[in-house]
Amino acid sequence: MYKAMRTLINAATVSALITAAIVSSAFAQSSLSNQGGDQAIKEIERYRQALGDGNPAELWEARGEDIWKQKRGPNMVSLEKCDLGLGAGVVKGAYTVLPKFFSDSDKVEDLESRLVTCMVILQGFTYDQAKKNPFGGPDNKSDMEALVAYISGSSRGMKMNVTGNHPDEKKYYALGRKIFFHRGGPHDFSCASCHGADGQRIRLQALPNLLKQETARSAYTTWPAYRVSQGETRSFQWRLFDCFRQQRFPELEFTSDASIALTMFLAKNANGGVMNAPAIKR
Amino acid sequence: MINCTMMNKKVSGLLGTVFFSFSGIGLLATTAIAAETAVKPDIKMNTKMDAKTDPRKETALAKAALEMMQASFKTRGQASVDRLQQDETQALCSQYQDNPPKAVRARIEAINQKLLKYPADGKLLGDWKEGEKIAQSGVGKQFSDNPETPAGGNCYACHQLTKTELSYGNIGPSLYNFGKVRGYSEAILKYTYGKISNSEAFSACSNMPRFGHGGILTEQQLKHVTALLMDPESPVNK
Repeated sequence: MYKAMRTLINAATVSALITAAIVSSAFAQSSLSNQGGDQAIKEIERYRQALGDGNPAELWEARGEDIWKQKRGPNMVSLEKCDLGLGAGVVKGAYTVLPKFFSDSDKVEDLESRLVTCMVILQGFTYDQAKKNPFGGPDNKSDMEALVAYISGSSRGMKMNVTGNHPDEKKYYALGRKIFFHRGGPHDFSCASCHGADGQRIRLQALPNLLKQETARSAYTTWPAYRVSQGETRSFQWRLFDCFRQQRFPELEFTSDASIALTMFLAKNANGGVMNAPAIKR
Repeated sequence: MINCTMMNKKVSGLLGTVFFSFSGIGLLATTAIAAETAVKPDIKMNTKMDAKTDPRKETALAKAALEMMQASFKTRGQASVDRLQQDETQALCSQYQDNPPKAVRARIEAINQKLLKYPADGKLLGDWKEGEKIAQSGVGKQFSDNPETPAGGNCYACHQLTKTELSYGNIGPSLYNFGKVRGYSEAILKYTYGKISNSEAFSACSNMPRFGHGGILTEQQLKHVTALLMDPESPVNK
């Protein structure tokens, strides 16, 4: 616990330092070239590396492991018999094969929807109970985000390997691609507006091109992630939820089909990338 | 175009053969899959649209994707599920993955030229100081935003505008010295207002929102942003 506290304090300090670094590097620029942005991006990259050894996401990972092993729900059983894609109870490497078609639920599922299925089938929760509180806040930590941190963290160093050969997996991939390019809302935005070309930035925030293998890999393999600005470890479902908010779309429902189809598209595009999550982001 | 179609046919033909031979060796294939833990290097990304090979399939897919989205999103605050429905411009740009052929491009621009509205009073130039505030503000139209608060244009998210603001994005081109370079003529002034109000009337499938058409900025706000670009006194032109 002491180590964890120290990690959090470190995170806050480095967060303040990086803000200072961005501001100072921005003011140090006399030219109007993009160098101001490039410099800040380099600083952010250094900051991420510096934090790599003390990621507060460890707290979520530890809590997630406890929740995974705890006897819970009306059936008072743990999740240790849950099949995440590599067989009942196999956690290591499971994140690299998701999303995947599961015959018991007859559905393509990502990690979060798979956990919901296991909580319903094994532990006897209702769907509503299992989907409650998907994203945590300061006084309201999410069990789901903790489980996601633990399970994704158990694939660290392993390569993304979504097969996508089942007809439904192929269908979800194709639909995910359509959703990626679907422009709508008052701003006419789609995912591609920000993530369809190389080297794009919003203000100084770099945006990965999710249609190119190298950047698709580095983006996908660093989610879930601890967000310094929020003090929370966020799941991939949260990432999509908040992207659509900024896209001015209505609310993406947790573990909805569209969220899983889009995840299928993005995860498969990241195949071969080495998982390094939960990562740490600004 | 023709080459591309032929290539795709070849690839799908090849895939067919692979599947056929797999099913032919039944048990062996299953064992091979179970034993396969290594990742195939450089799995080919299928991000290109299928419209070139089968437009009907692509249309059916778009319909299915919309239905899936309608079942997956819910209205929250000001962001209602109606926003998933596309107008013709949005549908065409999505269909062609923002890179439509020439004829479609012309059609999108013609549709939006018709939609383009100019102020009834004929005045296009507002106050550049107000324009700068609008350019800095990114609020508006998100379900997390207060609908009573006026929306911003968030121009700096994508464009360089002035010398003093260094935190700018690069999705759009630099607009520094916009008026100074182009001159302060009536024609350029009209183009500038029009472009901010409805970018698709000039550049089909532009990433830039249609600030007037989309109801993001009011007519008065559009005038202010026009002034930020076209007033000789604006820091954009200094």
